Amino acid sequence: MKKLLSVKNILISFAVLILIWQLIYTIGGFNKALFPSPYDAVSALKELFTEDSVLTDVGASMARFAVGYISSVICAVFLGLILGRLKNIFQYINPVIQLLRPISPMAWLPFIVLWFGIGDIPAVVIIFIAAFFPVLLSTVSAVGKIDPIYTKVSKSFGIKQPQLMWKIILPAAFPQIANSIHLALGTAWVFLVAGEMVGAQSGLGYLIIDSRNNLRADTLMAVIIIIGLIGLLLDTALGLLEKQILKTWGEN
Amino acid sequence: MYIEIQNAGKKFIQNGTEFTALENVTLSIEKGEFICLLGPSGCGKSTLLNAIAGFEPVTEGSIKIDGKEVKEPSIKNVTIFQNYGLLPWRNVLKNVELGLESKKISKDERKKIAEKYIDLVGLSNFRNSHPLQLSGGMQQRVAIARALAVDPDIIFMDEPFGALDAITRIKLQDDIRKISRDEKKTIIFVTHDIEEAVYLADRIVVMTPNPGKIKSIVSVPIHGYRDRTSGDFLHVRNQIFEIFNMKYEPDIEYII
Repeated sequence: MKKLLSVKNILISFAVLILIWQLIYTIGGFNKALFPSPYDAVSALKELFTEDSVLTDVGASMARFAVGYISSVICAVFLGLILGRLKNIFQYINPVIQLLRPISPMAWLPFIVLWFGIGDIPAVVIIFIAAFFPVLLSTVSAVGKIDPIYTKVSKSFGIKQPQLMWKIILPAAFPQIANSIHLALGTAWVFLVAGEMVGAQSGLGYLIIDSRNNLRADTLMAVIIIIGLIGLLLDTALGLLEKQILKTWGEN
Repeated sequence: MYIEIQNAGKKFIQNGTEFTALENVTLSIEKGEFICLLGPSGCGKSTLLNAIAGFEPVTEGSIKIDGKEVKEPSIKNVTIFQNYGLLPWRNVLKNVELGLESKKISKDERKKIAEKYIDLVGLSNFRNSHPLQLSGGMQQRVAIARALAVDPDIIFMDEPFGALDAITRIKLQDDIRKISRDEKKTIIFVTHDIEEAVYLADRIVVMTPNPGKIKSIVSVPIHGYRDRTSGDFLHVRNQIFEIFNMKYEPDIEYII
């Protein structure tokens, strides 16, 4: 697979998107307050950066995201490695996981607000839940699928826990775990905005609500663009990191 | 005797029916001997090896190494597998160091020992390469270096050259014979290749399937260099062909 996101492809596809957007706006003759033009969105974007301090909100969102996502991934991988080795116990835990997994993190929001109050925590907890289950289940499955030869080699050389986990099982399962960590990034980013739309007084989700309350469709669109761009950047950055790690393994 | 196997047997339950993988195996092995377990697939040669190595102990009889019953793999012995079992995320040097990490030796010492054995298998230029960048033969050399580095008493080899091409296989056979003589290790080597067994072994344990058992034990009385085309070599090879009833009999009776 060649680079999916070459600069040329990105520019062309964004140019076409903006062109279509402009066409719909021109032909449709929509009200500016309901459907802003690309120009309106870009000037709102400019306004966000110059007059409002949008970077503070971006920073607040990123901080919440980092805390929620990283802690979730660490917990999920750690628990997944242990449960992956304890198949007998996992049999009993799996039904509960399968019950909890399809519940949207947003459904827990009323409880989260009741228990933790408003502020940073609801968004962090929502992100934590969003990333947790996919990474946990994928880690358990990755540990189960490790080539049995690694276990035999470890036995042959007398490698015991906890070295076995750290030196053999984690790296052997890593490619599949990394894949799920990557996928969970997108999911978690989606729920960041949702989490911040309730209770938060800063951040990108808060800006969405704020724009709505002020009837600023142009600002709303500008914030949506920022959310998309940051999501894209995060995804690309993690993809590069993943590739770099796998490269040091001599894999292509 | 160093390794003492007495009336060893192994039964599996497979889909509700009992399956005998190994039956009534009695064998004694001396220290420093090179033993080949030879036979067609299903003859229990790998089962026997896994039992002696302690991965899957026998269900009947007993296997003792140095007077002690084998119950689990011992770090004094090392197994080399057909598919190498190298860790792809570690480079050659780190792979060879793997077995040394469980021992209480300093980092520098570890590196020195690893480099010595990488040198011995002729891979000094590849110590920083990763296993997937190497050919099959080179990967198996790394596995051999890794096994030798921990200075084991016994090396178990489970069809180690089965996945290699003929020329590479012959080269590695030469290497392993030299190593067995220079390092004075006891080696138990599983193979289905008759010539390989005759070239390597001090004694060949010929096994037959259904159920897996020892058919006979053939000594290879050739000392020093073994020429694959010499009369002695062909004589032993002939003996094994006879055991397997694979020799062409010209005076066969015709049945119409």
